[in-house]
Amino acid sequence: MVLVAKAQEVFAVPDLPTGATHNLGGVDRIPLGEGRRFDVDGKAIAVFRSRTGLVYATQAECPHRAGPLADGLIGGDVLVCPLHNFRFSLATGEPLGNDCTSLRTYPVSVNEAGEIIVETAP
Amino acid sequence: MMNASLKQKLVVVGNGMAGARFVEEMVGLGGQERYDITVIGEESCGNYNRILLSGVLSGSHDSDDIFINPLNWYAENDVTLHAGVRAIGVDRKGKMAYGSGGLLLPYDKLVIATGSSAFVPPMDGLYEEDGDFKNGAFVFRTLDDCASIIEHAEGARKAAVIGGGLLGLEAARGLMNRGLEVDVIHLMGWLMDTQLDSLSGQLLQQSLEELGVRFHLEKLTTAVLGNGHVTGLQFKDGGTLDCDMVVISAGIRPNVDLARMAGLHVRRGILVNDGLTCRNDQDIYAIGECAEHRSQVYGLVAPLWEQARVLAERLTGRNADSAYAGSRVSTKLKVMGVELAVAGDKDPLDEDDEVVTYVEPNRNVYKKVIVREGKVKGAILLGDGLTMPRILQAFDRGESLPENRSELLFPLAADAGPVLNVEDMPDDAQVCNCNGVTKGKIIAAVDGGCRSLKTVCDATRAGTGCGSCKMQVQAVLELAADGLVADDPSAHYYVPGIPLTKPELVGAVKAMELKSVSQVFAQLAGGAEDAGSKQGLASLLRTIWGAEYEDERDARFINDRVHANIQNDGTFSVVPRIYGGVTTPEQLRRIADAAEKYEAKMVKITGGQRIDLLGIPKEHLPEVWQEVGMPSGHAYTKAFRTCKTCVGTEFCRFGVGDSTGLGVQIEKRFQGIESPHKMKLAVSGCPRNCAESTTKDVGATAIEGGRWEVYIGGAAGSRVRKGDVLCVTDSHDETVLMMGRFMQYYREHARYLERTYDFVERLGIEHLRQILVEDSEGICARLDRDMQDAVAAYRDPWLEAADPVHPNQFINTPTEPAEPVAALR
Repeated sequence: MVLVAKAQEVFAVPDLPTGATHNLGGVDRIPLGEGRRFDVDGKAIAVFRSRTGLVYATQAECPHRAGPLADGLIGGDVLVCPLHNFRFSLATGEPLGNDCTSLRTYPVSVNEAGEIIVETAP
Repeated sequence: MMNASLKQKLVVVGNGMAGARFVEEMVGLGGQERYDITVIGEESCGNYNRILLSGVLSGSHDSDDIFINPLNWYAENDVTLHAGVRAIGVDRKGKMAYGSGGLLLPYDKLVIATGSSAFVPPMDGLYEEDGDFKNGAFVFRTLDDCASIIEHAEGARKAAVIGGGLLGLEAARGLMNRGLEVDVIHLMGWLMDTQLDSLSGQLLQQSLEELGVRFHLEKLTTAVLGNGHVTGLQFKDGGTLDCDMVVISAGIRPNVDLARMAGLHVRRGILVNDGLTCRNDQDIYAIGECAEHRSQVYGLVAPLWEQARVLAERLTGRNADSAYAGSRVSTKLKVMGVELAVAGDKDPLDEDDEVVTYVEPNRNVYKKVIVREGKVKGAILLGDGLTMPRILQAFDRGESLPENRSELLFPLAADAGPVLNVEDMPDDAQVCNCNGVTKGKIIAAVDGGCRSLKTVCDATRAGTGCGSCKMQVQAVLELAADGLVADDPSAHYYVPGIPLTKPELVGAVKAMELKSVSQVFAQLAGGAEDAGSKQGLASLLRTIWGAEYEDERDARFINDRVHANIQNDGTFSVVPRIYGGVTTPEQLRRIADAAEKYEAKMVKITGGQRIDLLGIPKEHLPEVWQEVGMPSGHAYTKAFRTCKTCVGTEFCRFGVGDSTGLGVQIEKRFQGIESPHKMKLAVSGCPRNCAESTTKDVGATAIEGGRWEVYIGGAAGSRVRKGDVLCVTDSHDETVLMMGRFMQYYREHARYLERTYDFVERLGIEHLRQILVEDSEGICARLDRDMQDAVAAYRDPWLEAADPVHPNQFINTPTEPAEPVAALR
């Protein structure tokens, strides 16, 4: 299977050291359309694999009640927290229709070998 | 996306309630991708809320406060507005609209929303030589009219209002508030005669007389008296009335001159079809008060808005087949502080119509409901705000009524509790008790632009918990929106992300053979996935296709992916199935062992007579299931949950039926059957009803003689409702059959997340008995067969412990450590 993934380069943090780039392994570790939690560099990150071929990465727990975001439903680039159905934009982390603080997002892409590459700024 | 130069030209004539709303809808639906939008408006200002003119007249609103879209809104949204320009002609052949001042507007699509203007009956002495009204005579239609009336009222003492319709009464109220003595002259025998019957008209008059207005009924005004300025009125019966000013409010007439000159078909209004397209020109549309659809010309805001929405959906291609089928017109208003709601027919059409009335002259309370074929076809509700929402909702949605009509006219005992009048509530009062949403927060959302229940709920989260506060949220919305409440079309969709009702969706899914959720999004939503629609679609597709359903696990909520109920700390609960609540020491030992071994944080007896192991991490779920060696209790999903039982004849002194035996039989048969919402069942062995069967989704109670009463639609959750008896059966097998038949019908016909108690109320128990007991539609055998197929397809989801659908199905954190990658740049 050839995976076409668009990198979320727009959200890359410019002018920072790049020592914080990690390979999380094959993208098929995450079932299609779902998310999983990864522990990267002491940070908990939720990575999502959408049916459109995009990958997204956000902080792993919701700001409201520490809900496990990787267990949330996604649709397009919208994430629904499994605990109280708060919605967030996966692309920007912004809350949608609620007053939560924004989710932290991380630049993430899939390389030619089909592996998830995530950048965590130091 | 189209290239700018390929965009079509859309010209909208009219910047009033309908035209401007349509433009808002176009902007909201991305209409600028296809069109350059130009609006011509005769009034020189932006778009304002005409409903609030009476508020401006009475002084409760400032004229600056009633603007919906000020001039800069148009610029900000790339809409060209020609304000203060009157459309004077349309050349249909050359596709050109002409405006006053030499404006030429070529169009590809033309939308006429010219609204209506005040009807002025012939009267002597009304006009001066120059064609203007005599000083002191006014109509009441525009912001300019309003300003002139206010200015003149300052020097006046006595005002007359010609017309006792809604607008006339609003004008009378406004003038009263400005300290004038007010006389209302009305041609007909009672006030608001188009909306009210004579008795309610009289009671309304009585209420208003108590406030100081004088009324003159059955009076035809023949002349306006006075030299140079108004001094009085002359009536046909010879009488006269002294006054310093007169406001003529005798009705409105659609503005159809432009359309008529353009050769469009016009009767009372511009004739349009269900696509809101003019009969004889496919590129010209008409909406609002100037349009005539299926012989109806509407003068209320809700139908205008529905038309604006439909047309915008068609023109943007968002839903090119969107059709306007007419509106059920209902309106709630306050006439000088007197609460009044009217809907549909005010009188019965024939002798088969049922008329239910309640009159209390002492308090000027009047309630009248016209019932046809078990549904509300008309209502007049005066002086009682409490029962209005329910009756209007039944009317708007075409719901079947309770057999006992008094349940409709009076608040139910269960609902009569602390129902607060939202107007009297302070802003910090909590309306939604699940999410802690206050009245003030809802008002802020409305002020921020939310105009429908759905958008308010989405924006505030009010009503998104148990949902029992939705009526109050709606009431706050109506209060804050000053009458500008929209019926969100998506409220009728099965799921919010697909613009189809359940029957339409089922039809499309079957016709196009859509067997997976992603196929539905691809074919019916232009490829746009909606997270909030996935579970509902999954549930529906499974019911439609059974074994052929292509199960995509990402369409499931986490509970259904891992067959356990997520808890507030991200762990899960495990509830093994204990049929009928009857267990054994051996089962209990295994449960206890598993609880110890996997360190369940709590062991809890549930309300459904089972045992819950709480605090199990996702990774341990498969092992716990294997350890207990019992099937899933489905305590996490929208499906048949449990069948609670009392002891019954096996041991109980009072038992008249084998409730445990029947309960076990029911639970073994229906375990895991998916449905639009959860189904909790119970069986009681005698009418003492220890298993609480009468407040379950489906219940049975043994009665003497070896028979069972089968209840459906009971509730003891966010609502309390006693179930209705569907039938009385003679055996366990017959009870199981009837329960299954109802459950199958519910699975097929309920809206997603509609509990049985709402479903049964919506359809009515009589109707359900006809279908499910009398077999009026000849579908009982088919329902029984389909339920049998669903039962046969049951597979314990906990078997996935040994056979996961994905290696990481139960893995929270894929374990291999993430490897740092050598610096890429």
